[in-house]
Amino acid sequence: MNPFSGMIPMMKKEFLHLRRDQGTVIFALLIPVVQLIIFGFALNMNVRQIPTVVYDQAPSQRSRELIERFRAADTFAIRGHVSSDDELYREIRQGHAQVALKIPADYADRILEGRGATVQLLVDGSDSTVSSAALNVFSSLILLENQRLSNSGKPIVEARPAVLFNPATRSPNFFVPGLVAVLVQIMVILLVALSVVRERERGTLDQLTVTPVQPLGVMVGKMIPYVALGFAEICWVLLIMRVVFAVPINGSLATLLLIAVPFLVASSGIGLLISTKAQSQAEAFQLSFGTMLPSIFLSGYIFPINNMPTQFQYVSKIIPTTYYIEVTRGVILRGASLSELWVNGAVLTLMAVVTVALAARQFQRQLS
Amino acid sequence: MTVIETKDLTIRFGDFTAVDHVSMSIERGEVFGLLGPNGSGKTTIIKALCGLVKISAGSGNLLGLDVRQRAAEIRQRIGYMSQRFGLYEDLTVRENIEFYSGVYGLSPERHARRFADVVALTTITPYLDRRAGQLSGGWKQRLALACAIIHSPEVVFLDEPTAGIDPVARRALWDLVFLLSGQGVTFLVTTHYMDEAERCGRVGYLYNSRLVALGTVDELKRLPAANPPGTARFEITCPNVMEVLAAVRLLPYVHEATIFGQSIHALADISATAALAAAVNVTPRLIEPSLEDVFVTLTNQIRNTV
Repeated sequence: MNPFSGMIPMMKKEFLHLRRDQGTVIFALLIPVVQLIIFGFALNMNVRQIPTVVYDQAPSQRSRELIERFRAADTFAIRGHVSSDDELYREIRQGHAQVALKIPADYADRILEGRGATVQLLVDGSDSTVSSAALNVFSSLILLENQRLSNSGKPIVEARPAVLFNPATRSPNFFVPGLVAVLVQIMVILLVALSVVRERERGTLDQLTVTPVQPLGVMVGKMIPYVALGFAEICWVLLIMRVVFAVPINGSLATLLLIAVPFLVASSGIGLLISTKAQSQAEAFQLSFGTMLPSIFLSGYIFPINNMPTQFQYVSKIIPTTYYIEVTRGVILRGASLSELWVNGAVLTLMAVVTVALAARQFQRQLS
Repeated sequence: MTVIETKDLTIRFGDFTAVDHVSMSIERGEVFGLLGPNGSGKTTIIKALCGLVKISAGSGNLLGLDVRQRAAEIRQRIGYMSQRFGLYEDLTVRENIEFYSGVYGLSPERHARRFADVVALTTITPYLDRRAGQLSGGWKQRLALACAIIHSPEVVFLDEPTAGIDPVARRALWDLVFLLSGQGVTFLVTTHYMDEAERCGRVGYLYNSRLVALGTVDELKRLPAANPPGTARFEITCPNVMEVLAAVRLLPYVHEATIFGQSIHALADISATAALAAAVNVTPRLIEPSLEDVFVTLTNQIRNTV
């Protein structure tokens, strides 16, 4: 027996439902516009433990003292050292670090000679909250260092911050790419869960169980139209983002859309899992909204994940949105390529396979 | 040719026995009625025959295939229509039929032929482009039947197919059932309506998960258990049935009494005919038991022995 038996008729039928139910389609396309307007404005928050890398071109007593100051500051969390500009940029583009401290080779000599040294801080501007916090703390650390080192009262160390990727630190540039992922996940989970539970309520699911259709066929067939709708929604939000908010897409649109597929399937998978638990549409609604809060607050959409207590960081790791937000911000703001973001795509693919398989198994078990 | 056969079919859900040693055998083209109160196991038997519930003991065979092992094959050859119809109300009549045709994997040629057949049979042509949700109950039911037989099943299960449907539509459905059974389709029908039971070739009566009677309607009416020796059924027609019923039930020689419209059906000792006439002040008419009388008598006997 073909395990996908019934998939094609199921899919056609579900597209018909969507065509009849234009309210849902309008809802799916209108809500993002409202949300974009609301979230287009910045929210400022305290930021701690920004992942930082250090590029110390010539380690010395003085440079170690400066790094120690950074280590002591709660704002920065030093994740490691790099040894070239290339490596430094790669760490930031891949999202491993959001800040890089670059200490020039002549730093110690210049201080010794009283000639005035320069320290560079490179900040990933794709997260406006993080970058502004990093810049503020950086200036005050340098100020303290100056007070310590200079006897004349004349500043001896000069701070040179540079914001990469989002120089203006505009908050729409930060919020909108994340919003794409958050909105689409919620919508897909809800619509998929409702469409299955509706069939349970109306008794058509019972009817299907006496036909040769297989659980996987029903699930995948049901999912495809909603994945397609989610895909349309992603394109639509990106269009609004580009045209209305003038956020440029620095990387490749193809990468963004390619990784959207496993993200959408994983979200549908969660919807299917909810549908195997929920007995009524009201219950499906509640459970779907239950997934909404974590995906807004724990996915890094608003609050940086590094700020969270460790146990919450684990939770954020099982939310598909977390990975897709990484991808949208990476591609749109940092111009990251598929070779730098493939891990996110791989995790989402794994989530997609696991959730759909679990839902199909659960479904099979309920039948017998 | 035997199409449906169960031998000591037993289904348990935990401590609860939903079907208890049910044995029956149904031939090709038969219209077999399964009756019994709610929860007596009718739907569970159908589900077991479709391979949807696990059989705890005994066996079930459909079209010569063991339902425990060949459920997938069996589902391709059976149709099922429940009182909930299984229709998509926002899809049109045509789209509903097309969906089920796709689910059963009909080829385009076979679909075209079968679509024409079921539409002609159910005379639903004028409504093809109407949403299923806008149809009346009777038409919904015909559409549900069309969907259930699109793949020319050899066996059709009708699970309370006429609940909540007006009498004219009920009759129309039964006409379709007999038309199809004449073509060799076997029907297993569950119902609460006695007039529908009387239309069935043979009837099985389930009570407390057990099959307590099985046979043609005439056989059941002559069942010794339903007609204890020395007793007879009387119809008592009088204006104040409620009061008379209460009085009649107290008489020692009356075993059972129930209201049938404007009259009372009573099972009483033949020797007490005169006494009964005197007690109710009219002459009781001797009658054949109705199917309902038979079931009431059987049910009471089981209750009294427990």
